[in-house]
Amino acid sequence: MLTAQMVDRLQQAFWDTALMVGVSAGIAVALGIPLAVFLVTSGPGGFFPAPRLNRLVGMVVNGFRAVPFIVLLVALIPFTRLVAGTTIGVWAAIVPLAVSATPFFARIAEVSLREVDPGLVEAAQSIGCRRWDIVRHVLLPEALPGIIGGFTITVVSMIGASAMAGAVGAGGLGDVAIRYGYQRFDTTVMLVVIAILILLVSVVQFSGDYAVRRLKAR
Amino acid sequence: MAGASAILPRGAVGAIPAAAEAVRTAGTVRLEGLGKTYRSAAGEVQALQGIDLDIRAGEIFGIIGRSGAGKSSLLRVINRLEQPTSGRVLVDGQDIAGINEAGLVALRRRVGMIFQHFNLLSAKTVRENVALPLRVAGVPTAEIAQRVDQALELVGLTGKGGTYPSRLSGGQKQRVGIARALVSRPEILLCDEATSALDPETTGAILRLLKDINRRLGLTVVLITHEMSVIREICDRVVVLERGELAEQGPVWQVFGAPRHAATRALLQPLQHSLPEDLADRLRDNPRDPQDQMLVELGFAGKAVPDLARLAAIVGPGPLRLVLSQIDRIQGHAIGQLVLALAPSAPLEQLAGLADSTRIIGYVDSADG
Repeated sequence: MLTAQMVDRLQQAFWDTALMVGVSAGIAVALGIPLAVFLVTSGPGGFFPAPRLNRLVGMVVNGFRAVPFIVLLVALIPFTRLVAGTTIGVWAAIVPLAVSATPFFARIAEVSLREVDPGLVEAAQSIGCRRWDIVRHVLLPEALPGIIGGFTITVVSMIGASAMAGAVGAGGLGDVAIRYGYQRFDTTVMLVVIAILILLVSVVQFSGDYAVRRLKAR
Repeated sequence: MAGASAILPRGAVGAIPAAAEAVRTAGTVRLEGLGKTYRSAAGEVQALQGIDLDIRAGEIFGIIGRSGAGKSSLLRVINRLEQPTSGRVLVDGQDIAGINEAGLVALRRRVGMIFQHFNLLSAKTVRENVALPLRVAGVPTAEIAQRVDQALELVGLTGKGGTYPSRLSGGQKQRVGIARALVSRPEILLCDEATSALDPETTGAILRLLKDINRRLGLTVVLITHEMSVIREICDRVVVLERGELAEQGPVWQVFGAPRHAATRALLQPLQHSLPEDLADRLRDNPRDPQDQMLVELGFAGKAVPDLARLAAIVGPGPLRLVLSQIDRIQGHAIGQLVLALAPSAPLEQLAGLADSTRIIGYVDSADG
């Protein structure tokens, strides 16, 4: 059975995971949506054409997406120190998590933005919308269900990635499962962590699906 | 869909404050030597060439052509959704080629547009859709509310403001599109196949609404379509576009009555009845018997009047049977044909004076009904 100490530890780990994923998901949205808008509108035929910069940014995005998270976590240590002021703990894990999630989310949001009917953009132009008006009133609201769906996928994959944050001493559920469940052969802890993770992911997925359904039902 | 009843009755005109500023003189479009070439990987495509057009203020101007004729491009150069490759576009005498983004936005507020597939924003309610042109123009909120109400009333959608477009029928969606186009009080309304996605009944209701708006607000309407029935219903003048060039143009009754171009005749085809098969099968080139009857087609191209009393007087006591009749009244002109069964000896020369054209189709037995 779980000792009271272990329950405390699990509780702490849960909040560590929630903090890591929450903050870095927030950063991923704040940076990923502008990035997605840039990728869509700066391409050839877009309304802020900048084909070279578009290609360059596209390459950088692909670069980050190519690196496995555990490698990124270590490779980014100097950058993490610069930004977070530390290379250990929850905040040190948030930096690489955000760096990894932003391009991932940006690509998903980009797909949703591209799927907005060009006829709507044309209609917006015909009623005197400026380019930014189109981004704000047409592209983003019309792509919102897809963006939220993509955000859900991003958060779920970040919960998975956060298990590796133990490598920089950030704690979290995954870390407890490895250190106690695996290294100390405590199968109960392992199973409890797995159950909590399944529950957490289910709640995230359900909330995301619900929001998308609500938006599409109108 | 409520259909025709959703249109405001004529008597309600005074209730629309927007009508107070009706009868504008602005709203002319002039195209000079307009050309548009698309460049693609497959090579160059000449979509439009050498188009000269003069659209007058306050008229309903139709542009018709088969698909790929260049209608869509022609319409879109007027609000510069498409940039012409040659020639000039003048809206109210102003060349729109060189204007910057601010000028373009100002132009588009003077030129409204509606679309075949309505193109309403699904994430916004009817109200928000109609309000958007004013919102992005920085109109104060109170004024927006008032003008959106007026626009919704004008198109017969009062009370639908809080609905999302996905809950509306096709006809209602197009009404929202019209309200959105009119809320900026434009001088010109461009209609891009505005009724092609609608059923015949709704098409009729939307066309009547457009005509009503044209009369009430004195707005110039430019519409493109591939259906001659739309042109007949509401247009004053029409141009026929064929492979990017003007095939013919003129008042609608003239183009319908005496089509000169093969493309026009092809477009008119669906509106015309041909001789029924049973009759066509028994048709002979020459009379075999004095009792045979002669089928004569009298064509009306808008000048002659189908005067039945005179017709009867000319034919006299001989047989006079109406076999087919298709007379349309377009802009006050009689357009169409009458097919009569007469005695072979009937005075054709005199009959010719009654119609714009006369033609002997053939001969049938008198017994043929």
